[in-house]
Amino acid sequence: MSNDDKLTEKPADPNGTDQVDIGALPEELTETRDLDGRKAAILTAVIVGAFAVMGAVATYMNGTLPGIFGSVMREAISPQTAAVAIAVIGLNIHFGFTGLLNIGQAGFMLLGAYGFAISVAQGLSFPVAILIGIGAAVLFALVLGMPTLKLRGDYLAIVTISAAEIVRYVGRLSQLTDYTGGSQGLPGARYNEPFIDWSFLPATGRFAIGPFDYQWTGSNGWWVRLVAWTLVFVILFVVWLLVRSPWGRLLKGIREDEDAIRSLGKNVYAVKMQALVLGGVLGAIGGMLYVLPTSVQADSMGRNLTFFIWTALLLGGAATIFGPVLGTILFFSLRILIRGVTDAYVPDSILNTQQANQFAWIVVGVVLMLLVIFRPQGILGNKRELQFNA
Amino acid sequence: MTDRHAVRSLGSAAGRTVAGSLLLALLLPLLVMFAATPAHAEEEPPADTPEPAACEAVIGESRCLKITYPGAEANPVPGIKYTITLPGGEQEAVETDESGVYVRELTEEGEYGVALVRDSLPEGVHLETGSPEEFTGRLLELNSTNEFTFNFSIRAEDYVAETSTFDYVAQSAASGLRLGLVLALAAVGLSLIYGTTGLSSFSHAEQVTLGGMTCYIFVNWVGLPFLAAAVLTVAFCGFTGYLQDAVMWKPLRRRGLGLIQMMIVTIGLSLALQYTFQVVVGARQVRIISAKPETIEIGPVVLTLQSYIAMGIAIVVLTAVGYALLRTRLGRATRAVSDNPALALASGIDVDRVIRLVWILACALAGLAGIMLALVFNGIKWDSGMQILLLLFAAVTLGGLGTAFGALIGSLVIGMVVELSPVFGIPGDLKYATALLMLILLLMVRPQGLLGKAGRVG
Repeated sequence: MSNDDKLTEKPADPNGTDQVDIGALPEELTETRDLDGRKAAILTAVIVGAFAVMGAVATYMNGTLPGIFGSVMREAISPQTAAVAIAVIGLNIHFGFTGLLNIGQAGFMLLGAYGFAISVAQGLSFPVAILIGIGAAVLFALVLGMPTLKLRGDYLAIVTISAAEIVRYVGRLSQLTDYTGGSQGLPGARYNEPFIDWSFLPATGRFAIGPFDYQWTGSNGWWVRLVAWTLVFVILFVVWLLVRSPWGRLLKGIREDEDAIRSLGKNVYAVKMQALVLGGVLGAIGGMLYVLPTSVQADSMGRNLTFFIWTALLLGGAATIFGPVLGTILFFSLRILIRGVTDAYVPDSILNTQQANQFAWIVVGVVLMLLVIFRPQGILGNKRELQFNA
Repeated sequence: MTDRHAVRSLGSAAGRTVAGSLLLALLLPLLVMFAATPAHAEEEPPADTPEPAACEAVIGESRCLKITYPGAEANPVPGIKYTITLPGGEQEAVETDESGVYVRELTEEGEYGVALVRDSLPEGVHLETGSPEEFTGRLLELNSTNEFTFNFSIRAEDYVAETSTFDYVAQSAASGLRLGLVLALAAVGLSLIYGTTGLSSFSHAEQVTLGGMTCYIFVNWVGLPFLAAAVLTVAFCGFTGYLQDAVMWKPLRRRGLGLIQMMIVTIGLSLALQYTFQVVVGARQVRIISAKPETIEIGPVVLTLQSYIAMGIAIVVLTAVGYALLRTRLGRATRAVSDNPALALASGIDVDRVIRLVWILACALAGLAGIMLALVFNGIKWDSGMQILLLLFAAVTLGGLGTAFGALIGSLVIGMVVELSPVFGIPGDLKYATALLMLILLLMVRPQGLLGKAGRVG
């Protein structure tokens, strides 16, 4: 894709040490692949084991560390983690499978959230509101894709990040306070009632299991968690079916060599557009879930959220099925773990609570760098499949 | 086979070097900064919001008098007149400046009175009906840094500055030029990095913030005079560019890491730096020089003296960079690498050396931009750089990806668009959005940018 373009060409390496993996022999390829698979399996087992141990400790012990483990576990299953996971799955369709550089996934989330929340707040019914949220994302994807999908990859990147910012600026606009709540945002109570009304769980009362203790229904209880994680798994299943369909193979083909697919007579532009719309819709669904337990705040869905989504995707492994979910859970719970441990065990004279929180973010940034440098395929990814050089 | 093995082990050795040097590079400054944090955290007064006008109270000797009204920050009204009655009984007539707030130092304890001169309120500004026109207050002790505040219930939401359209346009255009020049300093570097390595560096915004923050630390914590601090800051920022390329980017280029992955490395770096700023300096806005800046009026344009100096320096520096790119051997080499790295290498240009220089220059320029940002726009905050990151990308893309002169022109256009958009009735909150929208529209018509080569971009 970039061969015909000089601007994106890497400077040639005088020692020729790059492209180590490209000239490999077929049997060695399968060998590395198996090795990769084994490593991924071991890593996954370690992570699941670690969560199980943390859950057990949090359930059966008391004290500072079990308390931290408890909050880590709660973060791992929080509805917002599920919501971001869905947005990450959407980005995985964009970047992982199709190779589209969307750096504005938070913009899709914000549009979905606004479309949904404003519709309910203005008195439309719940299903219509969801459709409006999804429709907003479809429209956004079409508008962004039309001029850019025929151009080089970086143009989509610049246009998506700019457009996402425009959405955020417009959402904060004081002139629109009646609809969007301006920079204060729309409080959850204005749009989450129909969702709570749909609950088939007991309307009142609490339920506790291990470190998890929530109301059955409420705006941030078991109901929203149940819906969120069910959605995650349904979407995972659909994506799994999609990527092993002929259409999914077309996506991967476009990622690997757009011109080859074009020479087979396929309409690359249309397929890319379909992928952009589908991933964007998943982003919008994530956005709606994200705001259900809290409020619609334009600034909470800005560039940083997009960056977190990217981190989660690369952490779990792009172009894999479970990678996005694993990456999101790890990303959010790891930060809580670092924050909790730093806060509890580093004296306040060195880092106070607020600084411990900031320190956790620094660690997240450094981990992202190290991860991309040393395991660019993520935990579950396949190195061979990830020779992105868009 | 042996060849391949050799290559592999070379790769992993390079990997270890990267790991070691990366950790070192990241931990050292962090450790130094953490070590410096607690000592300073206590010395710093929590003066968060930037003062519209300056008054420094000396504990035990003086206190600051402040006459204001609700919403003065959002709608400052100049020229409101007040009469102050001093403890001795003398009266003094005062007037607000552009900040809409009157501030002065008081050195005497006793009873003060402040009366509003109602006639001085301009059109669209009124005192709420039934609220007092006059206040008295007793200044009991000078032993406090709290302001001695009189708050009038003046409503100024409908106030429209009484300037002619021409003056308004001229003033906005001057601000636009100022913003454009500051943007250009950072954008030229970003564009050079993109041109020579193909990398879209998201952490360039933090290099800008780093400049402002370092200068703040040199001036306010170390106590250096501003000029020395500024020179040291630029040198330090250039050094960070050298360090980054030496320990990170060069080894990564050797390993053949993809450009997308490198871009995500810059996102990680940007995140780490942002929160490092928060840990070290805090989340508040800080000012390098806290004294109230002097303003100078040239025709219809009123800007601070610092703004004029900053613009002058920016023009000189940008001219020098442009001259160097066009006329010197190294500049020509840089442009050759931008055009076609493989061909440049084949013609005997040391590509790695050129890229190293580009990193140093880009980071030094970004640091300079950061100092100017801090001086011209009231101060610097951990996310100041991030606020302008998209404007930088817009400038670079608008001018043509990878062309240094395109970045300069793009920056000036973006600066003008941002500052002039309110003149055309676009809400002030949307002025950044206007620039981004214009970028998107331009890309539809002319994807290669203003100065880009009209080659294939698809």
